[in-house]
Amino acid sequence: MSVLNSKIPAGPLADKWKNHKNSIRLVNPANKRSIDVIVVGTGLAGASAAASLAEMGYKVKAFCFQDSPRRAHSIAAQGGINAAKNYRNDGDSVHRLFYDTIKGGDYRSREANVHRLAEVSVNIIDQCVAQGVPFAREYGGLLDNRSFGGVQVSRTFYAKGQTGQQLLLGAYSALSRQVSVGQVKMYHRHEMLDVVMIDGKARGIIARNLVTGELERHSAHAVLLCTGGYGNVFFLSTNAMGSNVTATWKAHRKGAYFANPCFTQIHPTCIPVSGDYQSKLTLMSESLRNDGRIWVPKKQNDTRRPVDIPEEERDYYLERRYPAFGNLVPRDVASRAAKERCDAGYGVGQSKMAVYLDYASAIQRYGTLEANKLGESQPSAQRITELGTQVVASKYGNLFEMYEKITGDNPYETPMRIYPAVHYTMGGLWVDYNLMSNLPGLFVLGEANFSDHGANRLGASALMQGLADGYFVVPYTLGDYLADDIRTGSISTNDPAFDEAEKSVQDQINRLMNIGGSKSVDYFHKALGKIMWDKCGMARSEEGLKQAISEIQALREEFYAQVRVPGSANEMNPELEKAIRVADFLELGELMCYDALNRNESCGGHFREEYQTEDGEALRNDEEYSYVAAWEYGHGKAPILHKEDLNFENVKPSTRSYK
Amino acid sequence: MRLNLKIWRQKSAKANGKMVDYTLNEVNPEMSFLEMMDVLNQQLVEWGDEPVAFDHDCREGICGMCSMFINGRAHGPMTGTTTCQLHMRHFKDGDTIVIEPWRAAAFPVIKDLMVDRSAFDRIIQAGGYVSVNTGSAPDANALPIPKENADMAFDAATCIGCGACVATCKNASAMLFVGAKISQLSLLPQGQPEREERAIRMVEQMDKEGFGNCTNTGACEVECPKGISIENIARMNREYLKAKIAQK
Repeated sequence: MSVLNSKIPAGPLADKWKNHKNSIRLVNPANKRSIDVIVVGTGLAGASAAASLAEMGYKVKAFCFQDSPRRAHSIAAQGGINAAKNYRNDGDSVHRLFYDTIKGGDYRSREANVHRLAEVSVNIIDQCVAQGVPFAREYGGLLDNRSFGGVQVSRTFYAKGQTGQQLLLGAYSALSRQVSVGQVKMYHRHEMLDVVMIDGKARGIIARNLVTGELERHSAHAVLLCTGGYGNVFFLSTNAMGSNVTATWKAHRKGAYFANPCFTQIHPTCIPVSGDYQSKLTLMSESLRNDGRIWVPKKQNDTRRPVDIPEEERDYYLERRYPAFGNLVPRDVASRAAKERCDAGYGVGQSKMAVYLDYASAIQRYGTLEANKLGESQPSAQRITELGTQVVASKYGNLFEMYEKITGDNPYETPMRIYPAVHYTMGGLWVDYNLMSNLPGLFVLGEANFSDHGANRLGASALMQGLADGYFVVPYTLGDYLADDIRTGSISTNDPAFDEAEKSVQDQINRLMNIGGSKSVDYFHKALGKIMWDKCGMARSEEGLKQAISEIQALREEFYAQVRVPGSANEMNPELEKAIRVADFLELGELMCYDALNRNESCGGHFREEYQTEDGEALRNDEEYSYVAAWEYGHGKAPILHKEDLNFENVKPSTRSYK
Repeated sequence: MRLNLKIWRQKSAKANGKMVDYTLNEVNPEMSFLEMMDVLNQQLVEWGDEPVAFDHDCREGICGMCSMFINGRAHGPMTGTTTCQLHMRHFKDGDTIVIEPWRAAAFPVIKDLMVDRSAFDRIIQAGGYVSVNTGSAPDANALPIPKENADMAFDAATCIGCGACVATCKNASAMLFVGAKISQLSLLPQGQPEREERAIRMVEQMDKEGFGNCTNTGACEVECPKGISIENIARMNREYLKAKIAQK
């Protein structure tokens, strides 16, 4: 019998959430006033949870490491947010969104969680519009939609290429309103460095004030981690520079299980690496695959300019391999296909590690339509291009501008060069149906948990999940847990558990400050990133993963002998912040390799070279691996695996086909 | 490329600061400005010096965290560009680059190029929201909004809160920032019930934080990396005036 109890409610799938909400316990308004909740992270999940819980009457303390809660990396999400509104009348429904998400996740997520996500998706759009989020609209004044990868309906709501920004600013405004009335106390430039466990329950955190360097104790009746994903373990990713695993990793060290850590999403459309100094990679929204066509030359090492390569000498490989979904196959499939072409010698650009994303035919198509609309009967080729360029600019203008700023090329005239990059992590802390980890009182929301995306996340579903967890799930499920705490009274920060946690944080900081080596933190972070990308990236093998584990162990030893952290710990010290984060990445990277090694199958973002079909598609093994791999911290030894079996009662796992 | 850098160094909020010269060889024109700063900091760490502290996070021009005053211009020489999206191909071999923090009384320096912009958060807390609790929203399509209004509201809403408008204004005025939020919500039906109160409270908080007034030089609009229009300041003034007249 597994130690993991997912607490999925009984009953038919479509009624589970409704019945659960009706039967779980509540905390009455007067009692909420005497209950403290800590929320770490202020992205979509954290800001929406902090605001919603404060509105209900809980006393909330919210923490972010940035200089303002509005900077959280949710802000960078471009393309959109899914919701089963069926405003297009194209056959969408809660069931279809549920089905697409389960299938897109390659049958490695929980049915009940995903169905709940699809159910509440419709409320999210309503809530955001009511906050004043300016979604794209049609001329009739109603909301517009676009389509995204892996689905055949248009259910994605958007605000140009800045959907994440607009949704986050909506949640930030709700949070700000609660700060102004004193229901939320906001701690910016604070980083959580440990979770405090008292009598087996999460009762507080140790946070470092990044401006003064002081360690602070904060107590609460429950702690919510909304701290995002761990893609920066690869050093180069589309994450923000500060995105890190520290909060969840510290919880993992305290006993929280880390689930499916090897499930990372490599996004197919990013701007390729240009040199060693590169600090991050920039995503070009998946929405570009709506209209853009992806190709490479049919000839290897073709050095002609793309515009000089005639149509018949181009290989539109996604349209060729996957005629039903074409350029809109899911991200994992599109990424692997790009890698396959580049590895085979068909890549383009200086590095030969890029493919073209071409808008020429979209410009022609839109230009012709626009000319018809304007009643221009025989427009010149130049006029069509001009009109088409205008339409494309109105849809994707800011993305095209960003591309030009970074590369110096004009994408209206020459195809963009793109290559896959690390983008999102489906793995995260294990949580039950109530979003509580195996540590009582420690809840995990948004990208930081593992719950809804299985082995691959569909586009425009991250924003949906972050806001679902924060606005519509945790406000209910947290009450059920806190119903036992109405007589507890405030938690003292003088408890020995706080002394112990603060001491361990202080010891780690002292250790890092006193190494006095000769190499910068970034040196180690880049070295780790290279190991992870080469051996635990888009393709993995038993041999490579075993090598990676020993290389990471050696790198970790070198880190603790050779790293140099300048300055002092009692001041603003960005190098120390980085050192603390990289120390955790050096442990996480090893766990990811263990997880990838354990999973002898290919599914979603996890592709093991040994397990593929004859034509190079992922080969899943449902007999043996239809489970969530939840890892217990090994304390210096190998991590311990716990399995949660996945039961599919409503959807029959089948081979994903996008052909 | 070889560059001469003159960078503001200040140990803490209370310490005195000064300009310090650095020379950087082998700068690649494809680097972003912040990657150039990373290379400098790597060298400083290896030499046993303290690296230059600066704010940055997303490095794709949207979080609003980066904030350098480069050669006398907020976010450097390119229009519509944050510092993280500025690339070294816009500089020449042998150039001298002067790098300072945002300078405004309401944005005190924390360290080197890092400043405290929490005044912006307090202005939003004063009224930059619609008072709607989670769960009480009507269907999203229940209320059509003319596309033109939605688009104008969106343009105002794209403000990233970086503070370039304040840094570049000779009066250190925050009116472009405040005007953008007041405009966004006053253009949408959801913003109507609190429209007057919002304008008054946000403007009063802005004054309390010590930001200056607008004298219509238009520098903020020119330097805004997101191209927020100065029309938003006019709209804010109109909203504020109307609210004051109507105030009971």
